[in-house]
Amino acid sequence: MKHTHPLINLTAVLLFMVLYIPLLCVVLFSFNASRLGMQWGGFTLHWYVDLFHDGMVLRAAMNTIILAVSSTLISTVVGTVLAVGLQTAPWGKKARRFFEPLINLPVVTPDIIFAVALVIAFGVIRSLTGLFELGMPTMIVGHVTFQIAFVTLAVRNRLEAIGNEYSEAAFDLYASFGYSFRTVILPLLLPGILAGAMLAFTLSLDDFIISFFTAGPKSMTLPIFIYASVHRGVTPEIHALSTLVMVFTILVVVLLRRSEKHNEQTEAKS
Amino acid sequence: MTENEIVYHGELVKPRALYRRGLVFILPGLLWIAFFLALPCLSLGIVSFAQRNDYGGIDWTFTFDNMKRLVGFDLFGWSADNLVILGRSVMVAAISTFLCIVLSYPLAFFLASRPVRNKGMWMALLLVPFWTNLVIRTYAWLIVLAPQFPPARFAAYFEMVDPGTALYPSMIAVYIGMMASFLPFVALPLYTAVEKLDWSLVEASFDLRAGFWRTFRYAIWPQTKSAVALGITLTLVPAMGMFVVPDMLGGAKYMLIGNLIQEQFGTSRDWPFGASLSLALMVITLATLLFFNSKARANKERRS
Repeated sequence: MKHTHPLINLTAVLLFMVLYIPLLCVVLFSFNASRLGMQWGGFTLHWYVDLFHDGMVLRAAMNTIILAVSSTLISTVVGTVLAVGLQTAPWGKKARRFFEPLINLPVVTPDIIFAVALVIAFGVIRSLTGLFELGMPTMIVGHVTFQIAFVTLAVRNRLEAIGNEYSEAAFDLYASFGYSFRTVILPLLLPGILAGAMLAFTLSLDDFIISFFTAGPKSMTLPIFIYASVHRGVTPEIHALSTLVMVFTILVVVLLRRSEKHNEQTEAKS
Repeated sequence: MTENEIVYHGELVKPRALYRRGLVFILPGLLWIAFFLALPCLSLGIVSFAQRNDYGGIDWTFTFDNMKRLVGFDLFGWSADNLVILGRSVMVAAISTFLCIVLSYPLAFFLASRPVRNKGMWMALLLVPFWTNLVIRTYAWLIVLAPQFPPARFAAYFEMVDPGTALYPSMIAVYIGMMASFLPFVALPLYTAVEKLDWSLVEASFDLRAGFWRTFRYAIWPQTKSAVALGITLTLVPAMGMFVVPDMLGGAKYMLIGNLIQEQFGTSRDWPFGASLSLALMVITLATLLFFNSKARANKERRS
């Protein structure tokens, strides 16, 4: 068994501390009774209670969930269909050379350029037709665009893992394409679709830049709310809100890892 | 003319029907990306040659004014401000990426050497910050770097800052923030490479009395450099356009191009100039990536 030098272990543990101390500070100060400054004034849950009475926070939380759920639903359907189309038709080399970069474009475009490009495009369309006022719909469009690539990736991986044998067997038994797709491919594909959807969901929760640029006056999300509040000064309420967001993110990631593990196990069995 | 039917993976179909079905499946996704990403990027290029009108809208006259402004020429003569910001962005991104790579090695080796039963926990510990919202991770540093806490007191004790002042806004705070945000992006691919490392080469190197550096250079680096290349891409591209970290930890004095772009879409409301800044950012990012790729290719050719 390989051993690492104590100095390497020390550096690694220090780095973990660098990653975690700020986050733990946020959690700690969300329970701090004293409102101003960094003095410890005793334990309280007051700020959490306050959050649930703050209309703006609740609306922002609602917006975040609406945005994440609707963009995940759209991108999962579009991304899955795209992956199936790419994998089941005999596309030639030339066609692939055209598709692949287009599909990977959202992955390699820096967030801020993508956001700015969307804002400008929406602005131009708006000035011509009056459509695409910045707000929830434009945010959903932005999120779906970067989610599609990741869903497609997850579903394609799963399709490759399944292989062609199952659908070949179905066709040999005179199943039509629709019937074999519904009864053979789709159930096998479901874990891949689920993993892709969950990845898309976390990406949406995690995003700040694209939401920030494409948001309208009424569609503030939690990250935007936290960002704007920090500019006015850090308060214990913001710590409490951030703590809740972190806990929620960790829960989603744990679920995602579980489903991945489950996938691997079912694959190993079959 | 009727087409002959073929058997494609057990299905008896006409090729044309096969392609038609494939097209129906991929068209929604491709059209979505083309319409909401490729076209907007194209419009970004066009708008960067337009002008801002008096109401903050777009005036469609073709002009190179934005490019001139980008390199510092405006109504009042030449100033280096924009070029300084551009240069600083490249420098900050490059140094943060380098720091992340250097620090990821101990992290990756540490993770790879954990016993199997603990490995899941350590991996989860690395993944949680990776998935935590960037805004939260960045503002959290405002607490740690506050004047009452050990880092600021330590700096004050050695007379690096005045007692009672916070360590932000400063360039150091920006680097700390960048490093903390991108460390997992390099550490995760590097860990995958270290996990698959051929340890016999490392042992052979030590058996032949090679020192630490020679072992790293000839036994470890060749096996991990493709992971480092992936880490560079994952870090450098977002670091170049980063605006949350410099905005919160750097303040106006340490502006990066990301902040400048954001300003054009916020307070200044000058979309054409913002578009040309974005275009410049895109060109610089692509150029840097190509530079790394060509270097990597040159290395490969020299070896073979």
